[in-house]
Amino acid sequence: MQPASRHLLAIQGLHPRQITALLDLAESYALLNRSGKTQRDRLRGRTLINLFFEDSTRTRTSFELAGKRLGADVINMSVATSSVNKGETLLDTAATLNAMHCDLLVVRHDQSGAPALLAQKVDAAVINAGDGTHEHPTQALLDALTIRRHRGELAGLVVAICGDVAHSRVARSNILLLVAMGCSVRVVGPPTLIPGAITALGVSVHHDMRAGLAGADIVMMLRLQRERMTRGLVPSAREYFRFFGLDRDKLAYAKPDALVMHPGPMNRGVEIASDVADDPVRSLIREQVEMGVAVRMAVLDALSRGGGL
Amino acid sequence: MTRPLLLRGARLIDPDAGRDEVGDLLVIDGRIADLGGTLAAPDGAELLDAAGAVLCPGLVDMRAALGEPGFEYRETIASAAAAAAAGGITTLAALPDSVPALDDPALVRLLRARGEETASLTIHPYGAATRGCRGEELAELGLLREAGAVAFGDGQACIASARLMKLALSYARCIGGRIVQHPEEPVLAAGAAATDGEWAMRLGLPGVPAVAELIQVQRDIELARLTGGALHFAHVSTAAALGAIRAAKADGLNVTCDTAPPYFDLNETAIGDWRSYAKLSPPLRREADRLAVCAGLADGTIDAVASDHQPRDADDKRLPFAQASPGAAGLATLLAVTLARGHGGDLTLPRAIELLTAAPARVLGIEAGRMRRGDPADLCLFDLDAGWQIVAGELPGKAQNTPFDGRPVEGRVLGTWKAGRRVHG
Repeated sequence: MQPASRHLLAIQGLHPRQITALLDLAESYALLNRSGKTQRDRLRGRTLINLFFEDSTRTRTSFELAGKRLGADVINMSVATSSVNKGETLLDTAATLNAMHCDLLVVRHDQSGAPALLAQKVDAAVINAGDGTHEHPTQALLDALTIRRHRGELAGLVVAICGDVAHSRVARSNILLLVAMGCSVRVVGPPTLIPGAITALGVSVHHDMRAGLAGADIVMMLRLQRERMTRGLVPSAREYFRFFGLDRDKLAYAKPDALVMHPGPMNRGVEIASDVADDPVRSLIREQVEMGVAVRMAVLDALSRGGGL
Repeated sequence: MTRPLLLRGARLIDPDAGRDEVGDLLVIDGRIADLGGTLAAPDGAELLDAAGAVLCPGLVDMRAALGEPGFEYRETIASAAAAAAAGGITTLAALPDSVPALDDPALVRLLRARGEETASLTIHPYGAATRGCRGEELAELGLLREAGAVAFGDGQACIASARLMKLALSYARCIGGRIVQHPEEPVLAAGAAATDGEWAMRLGLPGVPAVAELIQVQRDIELARLTGGALHFAHVSTAAALGAIRAAKADGLNVTCDTAPPYFDLNETAIGDWRSYAKLSPPLRREADRLAVCAGLADGTIDAVASDHQPRDADDKRLPFAQASPGAAGLATLLAVTLARGHGGDLTLPRAIELLTAAPARVLGIEAGRMRRGDPADLCLFDLDAGWQIVAGELPGKAQNTPFDGRPVEGRVLGTWKAGRRVHG
């Protein structure tokens, strides 16, 4: 177990006890949110800055709502980036943020390690809201919370993570968290989208979706970016959907009560069929969004207490 | 007329002559007048007690980028020369991919002259193999050679075109001078920040498969076989590529290679949490490759150790890892980190010194890296066992981008002489 960190930069390095504590706290916020109450004194007087170097309405809004429900002053900064001056912007921004006495800093960046670099330079507690192809820790926490609410416990569950694992920070964080919590994790996708070294994280690899889904409790789909096709990693969207898109037929290979997840935004008809995505019984996709707010409230709360995670 | 200098009681190691003995060395008028055994001090000679220290030829660094011309904010020739002197280096081959690139005879002459101005460092410029090091058309190799280009290459850029590489290897046969390749298949390596594998995957960094080195090495070995040209591979870093080079040498091809200290002292884990000072080109490899590089040094597959010095400013490095500029400062740490292989038991001390002196001089075909009577007194005196710690920010010279930050080493340069003049210590 690593010493308590004043930042949340990655799932890597978190102890299962820390993960459980965060999920328990998030659970209480999920109940609070459903009750319609707020705890606006929790972060009253604190400043939360959403620093997004990459567009993401969904994640930014989730953090914004989480901060506001806890009473923080929330400011959104979208930093227009050109490929040339990204780095300078990053460190210049760090100096600016220090001058503003920001308490909590949520960072989204297209470069792996950018939040960690920023964390070395700012006084605020840094929360990684997704960096390059590295990690997206709050996504993994919200996924775990969603699963836990439906299955009671994470340990022992069979989770299939399907799609573009190679370029997915969501996949890395989820694998690390779910393996740490005792799940049996499989990754499913074409070899061009699965890094060979992924087995080092304790997962099994499947290139046939039906075999990969067989007996799974949870089917977690990943977003396939258009760019992957232009770079030739998969030949076409329709070929991808044919072999790796989640439809009723493939889902039938999983457990009869298997649940479907997707971090969003979805490419309907590419990695997931609409009727599966919108299935009120099997799909947890909307609940994931709801749990996202609760998890982010828990992370902001925990980090603002000063003792770290 | 300077006073004669008598260095007394040093362990004289000159791998070129097979010398390893305790004795004296006498310098008169900038040249080695005599060495070995006990020598009488001429009238008025300066005496220096070197007992317990090693005296060897000034080091020959066969691969270093200088910030000048084009990147003076990173390093000037004067600051590089200071770092070299502190590292015991008296002769250096400068990479051609400066701005402008060394593709014009006048630039080659300029670099040589700038070296002479330092009075501490002989600079042998590489000539660009292709104009602007752009890999599109052959540079004027003959004119560059006439101006003093020691060999030809495109620096940090791989000569990607098989046709151009064939032409260069073939054409250079009539003018002398090796073709030096940065062996990394460039399409596979495009955008990569680390070696493919678990470490890059965990950090979410784009990786290049280690086999990209072997692919380039194999192609170029076949072109050397076809043309009979003289080929050199720079900073070889993988077991597979070393295997191919070993086989090419066994076939009698005129193929040589070097490596650099990071590749036998560090592995990919030195990246840690995106430590951009450990971002190199080629990237650091797996431990098995590091061990293969150590073996290649010991068995002679690797001909020489070069600093692979690439000065970078803090602003080049304080970026998200994939955007940070690759390269490490290496002049001041070349000797100590190489000696670590000797301390570690892989290399004998004379072999370690040979890799830094006579061997690179042989590959380049220059008269340096040796201690014969009548030679210019380019000398390096060091304490083999004196420990120190490499600290980024405290290195001599301007460039501080060392991947060895914090590493304790043994082997401290006590004095460096260029043509008999003390330039360090």
